[in-house]
Amino acid sequence: MHFTINGQSHDIEVDVRTSLLDLCREHLGLTGSKKGCDHGQCGACTMLVNGRRVNACLTLAVMHQDDEITTIEGLGQPGNLHPLQDAFVRHDGFQCGYCTPGQICSAVGMMDEVKKGWPSHVTEDLGAAELTVEEISERMSGNLCRCAAYPNIVDAIREVAGLGDRNPNEDVGKEVAA
Amino acid sequence: MFGFGKDDTNALTMNQPHPDSLLDTGVQGVISKPLDRVDGPKKVTGTATYAAEYAIENCAHGVLVSATKGHAKIKAIDADAVKAMPGVIDVITDYDTFIRNAQQGGETEAPTQGVRTVDYFGEIIAIVVAESFEAARDAAKQLKVEYEPLDDGAFDYEANKDKAEPAPDGLIKGHYDQGDFDKAFEGASVKVDVTYTTPSQNSAAMEPHASIAVWEDGALTLYGAYQMPTSDAQQLAKALGVSQSKVRIISRYIGGGFGSKLGIAPESVAAAIAAKQLGRPVKAVMLRQQVFDATVRRSNTEQRMRLGAEAGGRIVALGHESITSNLPDEDFFEPVGIGTHFLYAGENRRINHDVVRLNWTLSGSMRAPGEAVGMVGMECAMDELAEAIGMDPIDLRKVNDPEQDPELKVPYSSRNLTRSLEEGAKHFGWDQRQKAGQRREGDWLIGMGVAAACRSNQLQQSAAKVELHPDGSATVSSAMTDIGTGSYTIMAQIAAEILGLPVEKVTMSLGDTNDPPAAGSGGSWGAASAGSAVYLAAERVREKLAKAMGVKAEDLTLKDGMAIGDNRSVPLGELVGKDGLSAIGEIKPGQQEKQYNQASYGAHFAEVGVNVVTGEVRVRRMLGVFAAGRVLNAKTARSQCLGGMTFGIGTALTEELIHDPRTGKLVNHDLAEYHVPVNADVPQLEVHFLDERDIHANPIHAKGIGELGISGAAPAVVNAIYNATGVRVREMPVTLDKLLDHLPAL
Repeated sequence: MHFTINGQSHDIEVDVRTSLLDLCREHLGLTGSKKGCDHGQCGACTMLVNGRRVNACLTLAVMHQDDEITTIEGLGQPGNLHPLQDAFVRHDGFQCGYCTPGQICSAVGMMDEVKKGWPSHVTEDLGAAELTVEEISERMSGNLCRCAAYPNIVDAIREVAGLGDRNPNEDVGKEVAA
Repeated sequence: MFGFGKDDTNALTMNQPHPDSLLDTGVQGVISKPLDRVDGPKKVTGTATYAAEYAIENCAHGVLVSATKGHAKIKAIDADAVKAMPGVIDVITDYDTFIRNAQQGGETEAPTQGVRTVDYFGEIIAIVVAESFEAARDAAKQLKVEYEPLDDGAFDYEANKDKAEPAPDGLIKGHYDQGDFDKAFEGASVKVDVTYTTPSQNSAAMEPHASIAVWEDGALTLYGAYQMPTSDAQQLAKALGVSQSKVRIISRYIGGGFGSKLGIAPESVAAAIAAKQLGRPVKAVMLRQQVFDATVRRSNTEQRMRLGAEAGGRIVALGHESITSNLPDEDFFEPVGIGTHFLYAGENRRINHDVVRLNWTLSGSMRAPGEAVGMVGMECAMDELAEAIGMDPIDLRKVNDPEQDPELKVPYSSRNLTRSLEEGAKHFGWDQRQKAGQRREGDWLIGMGVAAACRSNQLQQSAAKVELHPDGSATVSSAMTDIGTGSYTIMAQIAAEILGLPVEKVTMSLGDTNDPPAAGSGGSWGAASAGSAVYLAAERVREKLAKAMGVKAEDLTLKDGMAIGDNRSVPLGELVGKDGLSAIGEIKPGQQEKQYNQASYGAHFAEVGVNVVTGEVRVRRMLGVFAAGRVLNAKTARSQCLGGMTFGIGTALTEELIHDPRTGKLVNHDLAEYHVPVNADVPQLEVHFLDERDIHANPIHAKGIGELGISGAAPAVVNAIYNATGVRVREMPVTLDKLLDHLPAL
């Protein structure tokens, strides 16, 4: 089978039962995408397929031979971070880091969805979706984070979206004299 | 377990207070700062390596087989049929060696072994190994297992709870009585006698348990997702019947633990046995359902709270009696009253723990065992007492803030409960709170709640090595772990502060049992224990630098890679010689924890909206104030608290494991049916820290923080629901069905 992942071509023989996630993790050494549940329930495996976010554990690799696939490894690398990766670091948008690649890929796809005007459950005017804090929280709720970095994830996305640059350190380190 | 060359070891047993800290006199200025995580770039790019992600040559894939009976004897496993499937290598079981259940944290023995008799639904009984994950999964699913039913299983809590027995004394006493509780309660002018329940819960760390087992020359290397590699390696060696020196565990990155990865779980032993038998490496990753079924749950609890007080609020009788559950023959019990022992005054006390034996998944430690659920009973009952007296709930807590430990009669090492409540009230706008059921905005009933937070502090024996290299950089190594807590970062900050280095000059090596042993991550002791070990190692290196400079240690200043003293300034790289300098630090608990009650404190404030039409509860605002000694990194410490508070929201509103009363099977054993809070459930939480140092705790003056944030978080939300609606729900989680019938008419 033939795949294009992060701009690179791969010709490889795999079992037809192999999910897109397992193709990357078990056969191509791309372990950045995580397996949290293998049932599309947690979002840790989120990748971009032709720019749209998908749960890679719920789709078979064989279906994606003609697609452009982007995983977390394709977004940026240490020393060459994507703006969202950089914002996640500064805002502490993660703790254990296991859901993080999925959160970041999901955020990339989500911001594009809003740009295209796709509404969500919390969109007031269905014709004009805007990236508010409420929209971010709603649209990122398919990506579980048990460490619960949610407030920081929202702040990181907010910053990259240009929605008011809340200083990542403004509300940390505030000690009150005891 | 411990013991290194004495020459290079700076060992400290905390028998005396340690008022001076190099972290206060250091001039590098990195300690406590909200620095970004040093492991951040790896985690956001997917290049941090978790247990299942090591590229091991010739590694076979194992899928675990779960029992489909709650209590039965295995008669036969029909391996031949699936062995004929393409790609399948073997079906492996070892009825005597496979572990029945996961081990508890910190134990040095193997957990209960033997799986011929199945004791709970989902127990791991075999592993199918194949050339691919797909082949192994298919074969595991098709494997036929024949059982002989056993009729003495206990699966229903309600039907068995009258058989509960006193818990064996453990971390705390099973039963504790002080004064004359019955008489004092009887004579109290105000009484509260209520029962709260919490369901079984699961840690639900995002990374499923995973092990890759590699044998070489009779020695095992296990790449595992484990919080406490040093004791985990001991457990694994005992379970496999090999010498401890033959087992190495590597856990560089762990995708969350929250207690579930404290002790070894069944996949480790299964992978190790399969790899040995097949003569090739085997990877075993638990399916998410298996993580729920066959690792560890937080026990369900039933808590009878009896508070008797004087009219002014002073508590005269304090009763906290709990029933929890666990498998037969397990010593662990959920220490529901662990915080109750020291949180409030009251001369007459009864704090009892009973356990009912059930054929349910093992119960063990999940984030803040004891406080996380015990504070639901304690702090909701306090809210009820305040209501009964007609007193502000903050004032009630202040009246009962004791001068010393009410049972042990020893002083507190530091305690800022009242201050936390006052600061929180100020920041939250507590003075805007109205009487229960008064505030309404459209369809939403709005209320505020408060609860105290407390978590007992522990120091655990831990070691770390610090090396200073000729190029002026340093390496810190320890079998400590970072499960998302920030260990990599705060340990680098401690070393950097003391050695006068930018944090970028410190390379960290954690999660490998080949490095100095440490207690690992659990019980919120990690930062204080391993951090103190780094402190001690760096202190010894600093002494060696002073000697090399020809000055006294107290006259030496280290900053930006330079040693300054005696009117000279010398690069560290030049001072250390061609081999560099190194030292090991080792900390041990001592008399200080007996002479002082050591704990961290805080206060939670929540504002909720309850929809009058649907009964839906939304947390609108939440604020926590915490006092836990020195904050080592303000950014990662805050994140710890965000996480704990969110676990509290889950406990209050959504999290509930449901056991089938016929088989004990966990009905909702996945992330779609077991509801952990999602992004939209969590508002922008606010966290404040009080400036505090604890000189009795350790040389870095820090106390645990990871579990403080969950302690009291749930009851603050539940009390806010009462304030919004005037309805007391005493059965967690507070789902809308429990509110709906009691809400005011539209």
